[in-house]
Amino acid sequence: MQDDVTRLVVVGNGMAGIACLEQILKHARPFSVHVFGDEPHVNYNRILLSSVLAGEKSDSAIVLNDAGWYERHGVILRRGVRIDSIDLDARTVSGSDGSATGWDKLVLATGSSAFLPPIEGLNKDGVFAFRNLDDTRALLERSRPGLPAVVIGGGLLGLEAARGLQVQGCQVTVVHLMDTLMERQLDSAGGRYLTDKMERMGIRVLLGRQTRAVLGNGHAEGLRFADGETVEAGLVVVAAGIRPNAELARRAGLKVNRGVVVNDYMETSHPDVFAVGECVEHNGVYYGLVAPLLEQGKVLAATISGNRGPRFEAVAPAATLKIMGVDVFSAGETGAEPGEADVIRYEDPSLGIYKKLVLRDSRLAGVILVGDTSDSGRYAGWLRQQTDLSAQRRQLLFPPPSQDQGFDVASIADSETVCGCMGVSKGSIIQAIHEKGVNTLAQLKETTRASTSCGSCTTMCRQILQAVAPEFEDQVRRTICKCLPFTEDRLREMLRGQQIKSVQEVLDIYGNGAGCEVCKPALSYMMDMLWCGGHDEDRSARFINDRVHANIQRDGTFSVVPRMRGGVTSPGELRRIADAADKYNVRMVKVTGSQRIDLLGVRKEDLPRIWADIGMPSGQAYTKGTRMVKTCVGTDFCRFGTQNSIQAGIELERRLENLFTPHKVKMGVVGCPRNCAEATVKDIGLVGQEGSWQVVVGGAAGKSVRKADLLVTVETTEAALEAAEIFFQYYRENANYLERTYDFVERLGIEKIRKETVYAAEPARRQLLSRLHKAKQYARDAWLEGTQPVDPTQFIQIQPLETAYR
Amino acid sequence: MTSHQWIRITDAANIPARQGRAVTVSGRELAIFNLGDRFVAIENSCPHRGGPLCDGIVTGTSVVCPLHGWKVDLDSGAVERPTLADCVATVPARVEDGIILLDVSALAAQQRVTAA
Ligand code: SRM
Ligand SMILES: Cc1cc2nc3c(=O)[nH]c(=O)nc-3n(C[C@H](O)[C@H](O)[C@H](O)COP(=O)(O)OP(=O)(O)OC[C@H]3O[C@@H](n4cnc5c(N)ncnc54)[C@H](O)[C@@H]3O)c2cc1C
Ligand code: SF4
Ligand code: FES
Repeated sequence: MQDDVTRLVVVGNGMAGIACLEQILKHARPFSVHVFGDEPHVNYNRILLSSVLAGEKSDSAIVLNDAGWYERHGVILRRGVRIDSIDLDARTVSGSDGSATGWDKLVLATGSSAFLPPIEGLNKDGVFAFRNLDDTRALLERSRPGLPAVVIGGGLLGLEAARGLQVQGCQVTVVHLMDTLMERQLDSAGGRYLTDKMERMGIRVLLGRQTRAVLGNGHAEGLRFADGETVEAGLVVVAAGIRPNAELARRAGLKVNRGVVVNDYMETSHPDVFAVGECVEHNGVYYGLVAPLLEQGKVLAATISGNRGPRFEAVAPAATLKIMGVDVFSAGETGAEPGEADVIRYEDPSLGIYKKLVLRDSRLAGVILVGDTSDSGRYAGWLRQQTDLSAQRRQLLFPPPSQDQGFDVASIADSETVCGCMGVSKGSIIQAIHEKGVNTLAQLKETTRASTSCGSCTTMCRQILQAVAPEFEDQVRRTICKCLPFTEDRLREMLRGQQIKSVQEVLDIYGNGAGCEVCKPALSYMMDMLWCGGHDEDRSARFINDRVHANIQRDGTFSVVPRMRGGVTSPGELRRIADAADKYNVRMVKVTGSQRIDLLGVRKEDLPRIWADIGMPSGQAYTKGTRMVKTCVGTDFCRFGTQNSIQAGIELERRLENLFTPHKVKMGVVGCPRNCAEATVKDIGLVGQEGSWQVVVGGAAGKSVRKADLLVTVETTEAALEAAEIFFQYYRENANYLERTYDFVERLGIEKIRKETVYAAEPARRQLLSRLHKAKQYARDAWLEGTQPVDPTQFIQIQPLETAYR
Repeated sequence: MTSHQWIRITDAANIPARQGRAVTVSGRELAIFNLGDRFVAIENSCPHRGGPLCDGIVTGTSVVCPLHGWKVDLDSGAVERPTLADCVATVPARVEDGIILLDVSALAAQQRVTAA
C-alpha cells in the first residue's frame, strides 16, 4: 500500500486534531479523510468560549474551519457522531450512529473533559461544566441578573467563567480549594493581587474551601463546604481541572496512563495509531494549553506523512488570563522565593501591578505579571531563548532603551512561534507581509490568525510589522492618564463588553480608585456614549461647567448662552434676554462668534432663575457637545440661494442638540458655495448647490485652519441630514476624548471614514443611526435642572446652621 | 493654647460624594469637601488667581482648581507644584449626628496672624 493513498480517520473535531490535519494536508494527500466529532459544530476556537460567555464574541465569530473548508479539502466531517470503539485488528472505528469506518492510519484527538471532584449532588439541575459551545450556550441561557452563581475552581478557566457570568448579571462567587488563585501559575503575592482585582470587580472569592455537596431538591440551591459553611447558588459551574479523554484508547487496548501514551513522534503503542492534543500523555506530562498541542500537531503531521524526524519536546507553556482589564501572564518556574534563586519583584498596590522575575545563572527561569502584561512578549522571548541577561540586570523591569526597534525582532529565528495560541511563526508573518501586502495589525489577524486569541503576542506582532512592513502605521494610542493603564480604544472595548456603567466603578476596578481631572471627564463621556445616555451619571467626575451647565469665568461667575437654532431669534426672545440682563445685573451682553448671544458674569446661584426668565434651552456653549449650527439666509431671502439653508440648519441643530461628543462640535449650513456662514471650516458643514448638498467634515478655523473634507454629495436635504447624523455618531464612538474632528478626520483619513459611514453596508449605517437615536431619547435640555436640581445644593451656597461667636 | 470652637454647618447630605460646596463663616469663604469617608474644609480661594476651589474636580485627597488646574492637597492645603510654597488655609472638620461641624478657632487664629 502506498503512503499517499491511505484512508485517514481523525477522532475528535477539535483544535489540536484539525490543526494537525491542516498540516497533514500540506504534506500529503490521503486517499480519504474522515473526521468524527461528537459535537454538532464545525471546528471552533475553544479558547474564545470565555469571550462568548462574556458577550464579547458571537458563536459565529469563533469558527476556525467553516463547512466550506472541509469541503474544499475533501474532508468528510461526521458531526454529532461519537466513536464508541476501535477495532485495532479489523482497522475500523464504530460510531454512535451505527456506522463502521475503515482506516489505514488513525489519529486520536479526543481532547479532555471537565474533571469532576467527589462532590455530592453534581447531577442536580443547574450544575454545569464549561468545556464546549453547548455548555456555554446553556450557561448563557441560565444566567440572569441577580442570580447567585458559584464557580468551583479558581484557575484560569474558573475565573474566566466567573467573569463571564458576572457580565451576564449574576452575583458570582469563586470557590477555590487552595489558598491562592491560579496557584499553578502564580505565587501567593501574585494570587493576592489577582484576588484583589476580582473582588474589586465585584466577584466574591472564597479560598481554602473544599466543596462537599451541592444542596437543593433536584435543582441546585447552594453548596456546602467541608467545614459545614454553606453558600447560596442557583447556578454552579465546575471548573476544577481537566481529565484526558483516554477511555476509548484504553478499551481498544492501546497503552494508556492518565492520557494516551505517545513517544516523541506522537506514535502510540500501535504502529498505525497516533494521538495529539489534550488526550495525550508525553513523558508523564499532559498539556492543557494550545501552544504545545499545536507543536504536537506539526510533529505528528511530519510523522504520519512519511517525514518522520521532528520530535516533540517538553515545553513550559505560558498562560494568559483572558479577562479584559485583569491582565495576568505567567510562564516557567514562578514559585521560587529569594534565596532559592534570584528573585526580582515590583509592586504598585494602588494600581494593582505586580511583577516577579525568577532568574537562575542570569537567565530568566520564570515570570509573573499581574495588572500590566505589556512586556510579556519580551519576557517570553528571554525565557525561550535563555538569553544571558547579565548586561541588562538594571533594566529588567523596564522596556529596553533600544533605539533600534528591529533589534528584538531580528534576534528571533524565522521558525520560532510568535503566536502560541494559533501556532503562527515569525516566518509566516513575514511571508504574509510580503506576499499578501499586510500592513496593519488588523490585516495580520485576518490573514494569519496571529494575535486573535489571548493577545499576549500582540506586542511582538506589532514589532515585526514595524520592522518589516513597508507602510506600517502603528495604531497605538496613549493612555488617558496615569490613573488607568489602558488606551481609550481598549477601554471602550472593555467597558462595552462588561456592563460597567459608572466612572467610579471603572476607576475602582481598573484604575487607582481616585481618578483625576483628566480621566474623570473622559470616562464620563465614554459612559454616556457607550450606554447611549443610560449610564449612572456621576457629577463629581464632571468639570464644573457640566455640573452647573454654564461656562466658568476668571472671577468664578458664569456665562449664559441660550440656544438660538440656526442663529435665528425673535423679538420675544430678545426682549426676554434684555429683561433678564437687567434683572441679574449681567456685566456684558455680547453677540458671539457663533451667531448667538452671551450673557457674561452671572452668579452661580442666579443661573436657575435666569434660565427660567429667558425661557430658552441651553446652548451647550460650556461643554463638549453639540454647539450650534450657523446658517446663512439661503433661498428664502438671498438672490443666489440654491438651498433652504435656514430650515436645514435648524433641523440639523434639533437632531443633534443636547448630545455630548468627544470635543465640541460646531456646524454650519450654507445655501450656496459662497459659504457665508463658513460651513467649510466647521466640524460638519452642509454646502448647498443647484440640486444637491455637499456634506463636509473635519473643518477648522480655531487654533489651526483646515478646510473640511468632502464626505459625500447627496440630492435631498433629508439625505444630507442623515449623512451628517451618521458621521456625528461615528465620531462619537471612535474619537479619543478631546480630539476635535479636524484631528480625527486627519488621523483616520477621509477614505476610511467614508467606507465606515456613508458608504458602509446598510445594516452598519442603520446601527449607527439607531444608537444615535437611542442616545437622543435620553438626551435632555440640561437647563431643566434649574427647576429639578440633581442635588439640593447644586447651584446654591451652603448657609451655616450657626454662626461663630467671638 | 487656643480652645476649639466647633460650629454646626450643614447636613452632611448636602455635600455629594467627591464634591465640594462653598460656605461663608466669619466672613471667610470656605470650601467643604466630601471625600466619601470623611469631610475636609479649606479656604475657597486658589493661591494662583483666587479660583473657586469648591468647584474643582477631586482626585484622591486633592482638588484641582477649575480655572487653571493647580492642584491643592486637602489635608495640608499645600499646592502640589514642586517650585511653589503657596498654601491654602485648612479648617478641621468632623461629622456628628449627620451634621458637619467646622472648628473655626483655627480660622480665627490664622486671621489674627494675617491681621497682625
Ligand atoms: C463666547 C465666544 C467668543 C465670543 O464672544 O464670540 C467664545 C469663548 C470662548 N471660547 Fe471660543 N468662543 C466663541 C467662539 C469660537 C469660535 C467661532 C465659532 O464658533 O464659529 C472659534 C473657532 C472655531 C472652533 O471652534 O474651532 C472658537 C475657538 C475656541 C478654541 C479653539 C478650538 C480649537 O481646537 O481650535 C477654544 C479652546 C478649546 O476649545 O480648547 C475656545 C474656548 C473658548 C472658551 C470656552 C475658553 C474657556 O474654556 O473658558 C471661551 C469662554 C469665554 C467665557 O468665559 O465664556 N474657543 N471659539 C464664542 C462663543 C460661541 C458660542 O456661541 O458658542
Ligand atoms: C473556556 C476555555 C478557555 C480556554 N482558554 C485557553 C487559553 O486561553 N489558552 C490556551 O492555550 N488554552 C485554553 N483552553 C484550552 C484549549 O481550548 C484546549 O487546550 C484545546 O482546545 C485542546 O484541543 P484538543 O483538540 O486536544 O481538544 P478539544 O478542542 O477539546 O477537541 C476534542 C474534540 O473531540 C471530541 N471528542 C472527544 N471524544 C470523542 C469521541 N469518542 N468521538 C468523537 N468526538 C470526540 C470532543 O467533543 C471535542 O470536540 C481553554 C479551554 C476552555 C474550555
Ligand atoms: S479668543 Fe476665545 S479663549 Fe481666547 S480670550 Fe477670546 S474668548 Fe477667551
Ligand atoms: S486660579 Fe486656580 S489655578 Fe488659576
